[in-house]
Amino acid sequence: MTITTTVNGIERSVDIAPEASLLTLLRDELGLTGSKNACEQGECGSCSVWLDGELVCSCLVAALQAEGRSVATIESLGDDARLHAVQEAFVEAGAVQCGFCTPGLVVAVADLLERDPHPTDETIREALAGNLCRCTGYAKILSAVHVAEEASR
Amino acid sequence: MGGLIPRTLAEALEARAANPDAVPVAGGTDLMVAVNFGRMHPSQLLDLTRVEELATWERAGAGIRVGAGMTFARIARELPELTALAQASRSVGSPQIRNRGTLGGNIATASPAGDALPALAAYDAEVVLASVRGERRMRWDEFLLAPKRNALAGDELIVGVEWHVADGPGSFAKVGTRNAMVIAIASVCLQLDRGARRVRVALGSVAPTVVRAREAEEFAAEVIDWDDPERPPSARAAAEFGAFAAAAARPIDDLRGSAGYRRRAVEVLARRALLWAADDRRVVAA
Amino acid sequence: MSVSVRGGRVGERARRIDGIPKATGAHAYASDLSAENMLWGVTVRSPHASARILRIDAHAAARAPGVVCVLTAGDLPAARTFGLEFADQPVLADGVIRYAGEPVAVVAAETHEQARRAAELVEVAYEPLPAVLDMEDALRPDAPQLYEFGNVLRHVHIVRGDPEADAEVCVDRYYETAMQDQAALGPEAGLAVPAADGSVDLYAATQWLHVDRQQIAACLGLPEEMLRITLAGVGGAFGSREDIHVQIHACLVALRTGRPVKMTVGREESFHAHVHRHPSRIWIRYGATRDGALVSADVRVLMDGGAYASSSPPVLGNAATFAAGPYEVPNVRIEGTVVYTNNPPCGAMRGFGAPQVCFAYESAMDALAATLGMDPVELRLKNAVRTGSTLPTGQALTGSAPVRETIERCSAIPLPPEERATGRDPIAYPGGAGNVGRGEALRRGVGYAVGFKNVAYSEGFDDAAEATVTLRPSADGPVAVIRTAAVDYGQGLYTVLAQIARTELDVDEVVFEPVSTESGSAGSTSASRQTTMSGGAVLGACREIAEALAGRVLEEPITRTCTYHHRATTGLDADGQGSPHVSFSFVTVRAVVEVDEELGLVRVVQLAAAQDAGRVLNPQGAEGQVEGAAAMGLGLALTEELRLEGGAITNASFTDYLLPTILDVPPIETVFVEEPEPDAPYGVKGIGELATIAVTPAIVSALRAATGRELNRVPVRPDDLVGIRPPAATTGRAPIPDVPGQKAIPEYHGLRLGQQKLMKGRNT
Repeated sequence: MTITTTVNGIERSVDIAPEASLLTLLRDELGLTGSKNACEQGECGSCSVWLDGELVCSCLVAALQAEGRSVATIESLGDDARLHAVQEAFVEAGAVQCGFCTPGLVVAVADLLERDPHPTDETIREALAGNLCRCTGYAKILSAVHVAEEASR
Repeated sequence: MGGLIPRTLAEALEARAANPDAVPVAGGTDLMVAVNFGRMHPSQLLDLTRVEELATWERAGAGIRVGAGMTFARIARELPELTALAQASRSVGSPQIRNRGTLGGNIATASPAGDALPALAAYDAEVVLASVRGERRMRWDEFLLAPKRNALAGDELIVGVEWHVADGPGSFAKVGTRNAMVIAIASVCLQLDRGARRVRVALGSVAPTVVRAREAEEFAAEVIDWDDPERPPSARAAAEFGAFAAAAARPIDDLRGSAGYRRRAVEVLARRALLWAADDRRVVAA
Repeated sequence: MSVSVRGGRVGERARRIDGIPKATGAHAYASDLSAENMLWGVTVRSPHASARILRIDAHAAARAPGVVCVLTAGDLPAARTFGLEFADQPVLADGVIRYAGEPVAVVAAETHEQARRAAELVEVAYEPLPAVLDMEDALRPDAPQLYEFGNVLRHVHIVRGDPEADAEVCVDRYYETAMQDQAALGPEAGLAVPAADGSVDLYAATQWLHVDRQQIAACLGLPEEMLRITLAGVGGAFGSREDIHVQIHACLVALRTGRPVKMTVGREESFHAHVHRHPSRIWIRYGATRDGALVSADVRVLMDGGAYASSSPPVLGNAATFAAGPYEVPNVRIEGTVVYTNNPPCGAMRGFGAPQVCFAYESAMDALAATLGMDPVELRLKNAVRTGSTLPTGQALTGSAPVRETIERCSAIPLPPEERATGRDPIAYPGGAGNVGRGEALRRGVGYAVGFKNVAYSEGFDDAAEATVTLRPSADGPVAVIRTAAVDYGQGLYTVLAQIARTELDVDEVVFEPVSTESGSAGSTSASRQTTMSGGAVLGACREIAEALAGRVLEEPITRTCTYHHRATTGLDADGQGSPHVSFSFVTVRAVVEVDEELGLVRVVQLAAAQDAGRVLNPQGAEGQVEGAAAMGLGLALTEELRLEGGAITNASFTDYLLPTILDVPPIETVFVEEPEPDAPYGVKGIGELATIAVTPAIVSALRAATGRELNRVPVRPDDLVGIRPPAATTGRAPIPDVPGQKAIPEYHGLRLGQQKLMKGRNT
């Protein structure tokens, strides 16, 4: 089936099984490999993207469900030349080790700070409960959120 | 084979009737896991996320109808006064999951551990089903038949849930082995109804479907001083209430928890829930 | 990856050199790679733990849409087995299945989905056989024998002094640790690209390129130079990328079809595709004088190695040599065994045998303190080893060993303030997002643990590391170019190597060439060894360059290659005596927990670590290592356990294999003790594994303090804390097997050696 969806501002049409996940569509069909596949069941958050502005696990969205909608991925936030404030904060705070969880976390943190620019630690923890990290113990991820939110003051 | 993307409820019902093999999908938080793992190969999907009529709620007096398409995030945000359901919604997974998972999906999946189900049982809610043949209602316990089995007819969709909002405090609590993202090992939902002078208690994950602890409810109704919110049930009465609730559980040993622990958890959570309700009554009254 | 980065010298803040591409999603992990005309490979695995393969029928699979080939054992062109210590693990099962999850066939198709569907069509007829599923059963004479030489893979016997020496006070305890999983987020993956001349380029996630090449080439029937391995991005490893995963399968299909082949696995299959942490049973008896001086230690360690050897022999070597703890004990007997069973193979995981025994000896030390009526911290201070002490193997601690200082500095870290029981945000109670409490039945507990392990490889292995550095002139000043085959899978090794180059050569810009087998071996990224070993190689090369430059202005590039060796170690003699380890690192951890006593739910309030580090080269990176290590130790203490039924993993998903979330891991206060390690570059000591080792017993110690429960098994479950499940019981110590010597048994039977070939005999 042909699915037409706007990804990072550009309309894309892709031939894909309608029950394939949006994650598969992004990674395998569009080559947007920034979103990761670490669990395929919405437990780890490494595939986090925005669907019509809402934070979702793209592995749980069927390609069909992206038809006519707009998707924003980690690739929309920044690049080498210009980092998004959250990306800069992650690097600055030492919150990146192997980095596999980083794109999903950056998206989730960017989403949080848009809704709550100066969150408490409890709020941050609840907001990031769906993003697993195996390398950092989360300590510097919390610091990164504070670095990002302070940079925006 | 394409997919089906109805925009209205009428379209959705027609699509459902015309394509009995098409699998309805809303949040996808259960369905897509099965698809991703190769356990399901749906020949066609019926995407319900564009049917705005399903994603609404309305109150009319003491009655409420919450659409099947309401996500847990929206329920927690828009219906915080329905404390039990709101707490259950907040306890589901993560923000990503809450932004997608729907009430209707939770009901349709009919897992013994479904987070919204104890609240619906405690509310004595009715599930509203629709098809091209019309609308019908089923009480929650008529709809939830067995683990992962419901009473949906092949051409029906869940459109919403209805109940009378009880006047009184309520709560939902669930136990898991880590502090977030858990499938409940045991859960308890309690709802006080000051008007009817009744207590409703529902247990999750401790039986094939969600169950009400009827004896515990009767006992609670008697030990609560309905006229004087300043007089909470005694510690001993609360403990006895907990024991009654635990006796209503029929838990099994499985990968996630032991039957013995589940019974213990129900006992503790039920006791606490009763005392919390008593506390919350006083706060409101003051 | 030719990456160029500026800024940061040894001891300073230095941003990760690969931080930006990781934060933007541009960093390519092995699972992100693709090539034109690429095929996808999928492995078919056995559901049975022990079986004979009667028949494999691949006809339906071969005819399925998009399928290009199906391989079984009969198609293997050269060596049919691989392995780190011994080449005992079949590339594809050959008539016999020894564990549930064992690869039986590989299917390759045009798309991933087609390959997956076709894999389901491979029909395998199995005849289930009796299985050995329990490590104590494996030692019974009537147990099914996995190999002709029996079920014992290795037994280590250590005796020093008089184990029967009198002691005024004794504690005798039994402990169990579960099978933990590394659960790196990045899945197993690789891309194999065949070249016209019959050679292969492999891009894969791994921990050691050269040991992979050695095994893969042998199985392809190629000389090693015809297999070029370039490191792809690694999404974590923690031991699970030391063994071969998809690489041989992908290369075989690539050679067979002449097309590039990508293989990657989903989470469920990932659990079956790598080794796990050895579950263990440990019997430990400490004897002491009435005022707390240890007199004797008698420890029996039993570990379940699963179906194949992997790294079990040195894991057991570690467990046995560390089993008496970082304490002065004049009289010691240690009997350690690792057995084969039909359970999934176990091997390297952060800590490598040290976590299991640390849980036992630190729990026993707490029990001893209680019996003596002594403060547990005082007991440890009294008995801690120091520089000059002798370990149970007779090895003298010649290096830095500031154990007492770590204990003192850890206990000096301020405790978290008392918190009000009521009125908190609901998620700040044990049970977190479940809304289970408003402050009822909360009890706090505090516990300490001291852990230690070795740095680098042991028992005579010369795991040298090579690095090449070039200093070349440029318009903006000299640039240092580093060429290393060392893997950085997240710990920040490349950042540290850059800091060393900047410091030694007084440059700002450092460039890294792609990491591949074009360079000489840097050894494994494991054993907390790379900062020392590759750091030493880079340091050595830089110093040679500085010497060659001798203060002149740089006009032409200068290149130097340095191979860094650590000092020689020995094996163990018949009494377990020798100098088996290079050097040691220590840590003291304190845990503060809050328990909901009625529900048995735990909230870890604070972890505090005093890490012995020698010299901290990158403070932020070093903290990150301690914090991450601590979280893994917390997982083994509270939530992580692979469950087996009939030898098959039943919780192979993140829904039921529970990694700690951000709501489970508390703030971690870290202080570093910097007493330089003699003979190490800058005096560094490896740190990456230590907090994992000690956090588990520290948390359980705190739980015992909070609840009074015995808690002799990890992970601790709510059932244990509320007293529904009794402590793990034992009918007595596992019997001691009859073995020819201290080495791994296959060695006595001439089994083809693996990793050892790569390293032995090059000690200078």
